[in-house]
Amino acid sequence: MKNIWHFYKGTLVLISKGSTAYYCWVLFLLILMAIGGFAYSRQLNEGLIVTNMRDQVSWGFYISNFTFLVGVAAAAVLLVIPAYVYHWKPIKEIAVLGELLAVSAIVMCLMFVTVDIGRPDRFWHLIPKVGLLNFPQSLLAWDVVVLNTYLMINLTVAVFILYNRYYKREPNKAFTTPLLLLSIPSAISIHTVTAFLYNGLGARPFWNSSILVPRFLASAFCSGPAFMILIFFLVRKYTKFKIEDEAIQKVAEIIAYAIFINLLLLGAELFKEYYTDTIHLASFQYLFQGLHGYSALVPWIWTAMIFNVTAFILFLNPATRRNNVTLVMGCILVFIGVYIEKGMGLVIPGFIPDVLHEIYEYAPSGIELLLSMGIWATGLFVFTMLLRVAIPIMNGDFHVADDGVGSFIGDQLFLVQQPDTVNPESEPVA
Amino acid sequence: MSDIKKCDGYVLHKSRRRMLKGLAAGIGLIALPGRDASALVWEEFFQKHFRELSKDELKGVIARLEKDYSKQYGKQVTVKTTPPIEGVRYGYGLDLSRCIGCRRCVYACVKENNQSRTPQIQWIRVLQLNKEKGIDLSEAEHYYNPATVPEKGHFYMPVQCQQCEKPPCTKVCPVQATWKENDGIVVVDYNWCIGCRYCMAACPYGARHFNWAKPSVPSNEINPNTHYLGNRPRPKGVVEKCTFCIQRTREQPGRYPACEEICPVGARKFGNLLDPESEIRYLIENKRVFIFKEELNTQPKFYYFYAT
Repeated sequence: MKNIWHFYKGTLVLISKGSTAYYCWVLFLLILMAIGGFAYSRQLNEGLIVTNMRDQVSWGFYISNFTFLVGVAAAAVLLVIPAYVYHWKPIKEIAVLGELLAVSAIVMCLMFVTVDIGRPDRFWHLIPKVGLLNFPQSLLAWDVVVLNTYLMINLTVAVFILYNRYYKREPNKAFTTPLLLLSIPSAISIHTVTAFLYNGLGARPFWNSSILVPRFLASAFCSGPAFMILIFFLVRKYTKFKIEDEAIQKVAEIIAYAIFINLLLLGAELFKEYYTDTIHLASFQYLFQGLHGYSALVPWIWTAMIFNVTAFILFLNPATRRNNVTLVMGCILVFIGVYIEKGMGLVIPGFIPDVLHEIYEYAPSGIELLLSMGIWATGLFVFTMLLRVAIPIMNGDFHVADDGVGSFIGDQLFLVQQPDTVNPESEPVA
Repeated sequence: MSDIKKCDGYVLHKSRRRMLKGLAAGIGLIALPGRDASALVWEEFFQKHFRELSKDELKGVIARLEKDYSKQYGKQVTVKTTPPIEGVRYGYGLDLSRCIGCRRCVYACVKENNQSRTPQIQWIRVLQLNKEKGIDLSEAEHYYNPATVPEKGHFYMPVQCQQCEKPPCTKVCPVQATWKENDGIVVVDYNWCIGCRYCMAACPYGARHFNWAKPSVPSNEINPNTHYLGNRPRPKGVVEKCTFCIQRTREQPGRYPACEEICPVGARKFGNLLDPESEIRYLIENKRVFIFKEELNTQPKFYYFYAT
């Protein structure tokens, strides 16, 4: 117990130390978070009327972001499988970063759902036994369960491993292995359940398609790992943490497959809808062509299409995949592409036209944008703090001091541009 | 044996609730401004689900609500909890050959059921359809506004909650805040709904409406005769819907729903599906009847028919 307290105190000291760049970054995030907080207080005061959602389009930007981020969170599993099922060393060393990303993404997911509901004060109605969780009837109840389970698993494993490393012990495998293995089906479950949430509604033909779950999974395995690779490059460039090219290339290969499957499934869906040409085509028409003169999403979805296809070519071609510049470009393109396609591109056409075929065109309001920005900033803040602790621990720059009570902090700066050439002998700054 | 078990469960339930109460009170003290932190606010916060309230607890809740509403609107507001009548299952008939699209039902409903005036909430939507195209929703005009109705070449189709036998909306609610009563009416506990709007995504008829802002009804227009599961004033951030005027139809002697009563051409019919002698049963058995979006298997108890 005492040890946990010392560890905790140590981390607090650690996160308060850093370079000017680190302070600026954290300050920047805190400002965005404050703006988001201000936007939320206005929404709490006046109600969701400050958003542009209405009865016709009853879910909007918040739920779009939520849906996308579930995908990002699920992707951590792509590091866990090679690391802990196949014991592939280059990835094993960085798998903890994936778990921490999953934690941060789930935190964002939960926040996006919270700001979307009309009565956040009644959150306790969702707690089993205390409230009245409609399990197993409601897929939203399932989502509450699997998201929290996934959050708990990842948080527990990551913290347990880091905590042991801090005390210079080998983490107890009997404890971590079952949890890590459990995290694999659990990652798939958060995505499957979130897809089912939409999938199970007969009222919304746009979502009521059997390939929605595979589409969700395929796109998750594009966006999540893409974000991961970007983080790897940033971490490698601005911290002392070493990440091998080999590991990055492995992840990039997986992305290439995932983009292909994602495009294939989308194509299958488009063929079915356009060829049969029933009244259910309306939502696809709204998304890809515009319907009765309403076409707000059309430029977005085509941007996403171009980005995804370009990214696919960049990932497929070995020369561009192995070139770090084009690889980063591909990652950015596919991340944005999936953000559009699995965010607004998935949620909004479900409501347009609405069930009585009315068209209410939706675009997020200023408050929705500011509040969402605040949540993204919070997620990045959480991720930064987790990395601030995790990376020095993994590097051996943060561990228990020789007296067994205090902590040794070898990395006072954290964010510093590293020399371009990978230089394994850089000395820790005392 | 089972009694003991039950008792244990109850105790556990209670102590958990108490623990949560303590926890939330602690958080709440920090979060809530002092002026609101009255005992009433806490009572409301910790109110149980409608169907979990004991008789005494229900009494307390009703007294609190009546006091609250009466004060807010400056007149005596009553909140009933009349249960379903044994042997009754309500059904609604709508004669498409008679409806002239005057929307009197829409406004009678707003008045009777205390829907918010600003922002405007209406539980009935009347669609203007083209006679040549038939019931083709993509051709429907929602906001028709000519000087007189009916317009040549058109017919009208009012849509409201279809009180499905298999309601997709209640199935998806994550907290069981909405359910189907024994008389077939789908209701919402406005004090339990968390406002996630999943039911709105699930409803194929656009029958559910959300209080995007604090609803406002002028004091002189409030209908003080209310039902807990029906037309009592609603808070901000919850979903509401048509209840076949539960505050009228469950009384004995009962009254017709406001929309049925106001219809100037007698296009609306209402009755007990379990009574073989009822008008609604006669219509179903003898007229050309259809139910809306039959393929979704929601089994509406709202029957569109052509009498002539």
